[in-house]
Amino acid sequence: MLSLNRVSKSYKVGTFGGKELVAVRDVSFDVDEGEVVSLIGESGSGKTTIGKMILKLVEISRGSITCDGTDVAGIHGGAVKAYYRHVQGVFQDPFSSYNPIFKADRVFSMIRSEYFADMARSEWSDKIEAALRAVTLEPDQVLNKYPHQLSGGQLQRLLVARALLLDLKFLVADEIISMLDASTRIDVLNLLADLKSRGMGILFITHDLSLGNYISEKTVILRRGAIVEMGATEKVFGNPTHPYTKVLITSVPQLHKKWADVEAEIRARGGDDSGTCLFHQAYPPTAGPAAADAPTLVKVEDDHYVGCFDLGQGICRVA
Amino acid sequence: MTAATGTPTKPGAAADDADKNPTPPAKRARGETLFFALRSKKFLVSATILLVLAFIAIFGPLIDSTDPVAQGGLPMRHPTLELGNWFGSTYFGDDVFSQFANGLRASFFVGFLGGGLAAVIGMGVGFVAGYRGGWLDEILNMITNIFLVIPTLAVLLVITSYLAARGVLFEAVFVGLFSWPWAARAIRAQTFSLRSREFIDLAKLSGRSGWKVILFEIAPNMSSYLFLTYILLFGGAILLAASLDFIGLGPTGGMSLGLMMYNSVTYGAALQLGIWWWFIPPGIGIIALVGALYVMNVGLDEIFNPKLRDI
Ligand SMILES: Nc1ncnc2c1ncn2[C@@H]1O[C@H](COP(=O)(O)OP(=O)(O)OP(=O)(O)O)[C@@H](O)[C@H]1O
Ligand SMILES: [Mg+2]
Repeated sequence: MLSLNRVSKSYKVGTFGGKELVAVRDVSFDVDEGEVVSLIGESGSGKTTIGKMILKLVEISRGSITCDGTDVAGIHGGAVKAYYRHVQGVFQDPFSSYNPIFKADRVFSMIRSEYFADMARSEWSDKIEAALRAVTLEPDQVLNKYPHQLSGGQLQRLLVARALLLDLKFLVADEIISMLDASTRIDVLNLLADLKSRGMGILFITHDLSLGNYISEKTVILRRGAIVEMGATEKVFGNPTHPYTKVLITSVPQLHKKWADVEAEIRARGGDDSGTCLFHQAYPPTAGPAAADAPTLVKVEDDHYVGCFDLGQGICRVA
Repeated sequence: MTAATGTPTKPGAAADDADKNPTPPAKRARGETLFFALRSKKFLVSATILLVLAFIAIFGPLIDSTDPVAQGGLPMRHPTLELGNWFGSTYFGDDVFSQFANGLRASFFVGFLGGGLAAVIGMGVGFVAGYRGGWLDEILNMITNIFLVIPTLAVLLVITSYLAARGVLFEAVFVGLFSWPWAARAIRAQTFSLRSREFIDLAKLSGRSGWKVILFEIAPNMSSYLFLTYILLFGGAILLAASLDFIGLGPTGGMSLGLMMYNSVTYGAALQLGIWWWFIPPGIGIIALVGALYVMNVGLDEIFNPKLRDI
């Protein structure tokens, strides 16, 4: 359904835009109907950027994203509106997603004025009520209030409810339960599972491994903008192959382990126990620039792929 | 000038705020704005001056209906309390009060129309350049810079040599066409900082087209700033028109404050003959009008922007 094909994004940074920051590097994966794919990575690894490229909010630098076979970058004008009827996103930071000078439920009325202008008032309020109930919000608790009068979790769930108003086929969920407590968290996760069973595709962005493990059938591990490992969730979690993933997953039980510690641990371990780079075993490094269609991942087993074991010291040291 | 762009509150702060103050911010802000407006001396004084001047401009010509350029009356009469001679008469026997009231009308007209035109162009260019960015921004920036360096006087001199009869309307449009660039730049910068905010993305995701995002998301967030910009353009247009009038490039028919001063100095030898009542009223009129607008701008800035309030 949604397919990323060697997508890259570089931002121009520096005083005169002279420097380039590569936020996403040669990322390819698919999300099918009724499938939840979790995109896991540390802060700054490019998760949000990938979500925004899918939503046409950030331009793609190289590669392409297709939705049901249509190139997303080629959608212009009125077709963009039609695209958003089926493809929606909920952003990471609920506080900045609302225009502070308007009431929070304006996010609903925008949808109404653009997509449901002819719908009768009573029908519309029923629709809103149903959407709010789906995210366990009481309508009179959240309607007619300003964003600063609502909690982060309420704002976050309002955004999920907003997306439900449309005829969704694909949802980019960028850390959508970061502000919810355990019980509401389960409610929203169950809602996502329900949407999935009705055929929706979901890109579940998170830095929480256990959440990703819980909800998704497919996992993509991102590090510094590139995929290090991906595949069926039980394979990635059951048989982590990349040294980075190994450290990540063995550190899951330690609840308060930070991502920075993971990086440090990997650096401390060096390459000694990471074994041979499976990627370069399969595709020996050649002199000169890599071809544009050179593979970026190697197959470990069915539905399980891994990237080069290099952890940033330049060339792959175990090649 | 800083814009009150309404930065989102921090989570903790927002919760506290909501507890203590259940009034919605728009309502509260409106009440607060009024409260601080009535406490601001700058605002009260300038608003009073503007109201008095507007009253003279509107009702003056109705009360004293003498034709400002009839040249019928006694020349060089000192001001008296008699109707039709409140400000005395000119070297040519015109009623100075009638000239003053009609001139004030013309000034307000130039301010509204010229300032309004400049505001429309400035906002249009600023919003589009700041929102779209890229090559469109560069082209609009270039046009803005060209207008910024074009010598207004030289252009007007050329036009004057081709166009013998020029009305107040022409002057207002001309002034408007040449005073928008700084506004466009300021609004562009503001728009630029707003467009990358996440709620803009959400509006786009809701199917809103570019101009709707500008009109319904960006502009409301800088409404006080836009209002201040208009006030400054209003005053600037009046001042520019007055200086054009004073050097003899003003409207050929009708009356204006600048034209009164030009006539008094050029034809009436008012300075030499001591007809002070001829040039003092228009001089004070212009200073009061433009000065009050600028003071009001500063006052409103303090009212809109809590950081500038002296509590
Ligand atoms: N508009 C931008 N201009 C320049 N650099 C940007 C921009 N947006 C993101 N970046 C950079 O791109 C990289 C990836 O950012 P991104 O927001 O995608 O990370 P993330 O994985 O979502 O992180 P987090 O978990 O903290 O949300 C970061 O290094 C960030 O600094
Ligand atoms: Mg992010």
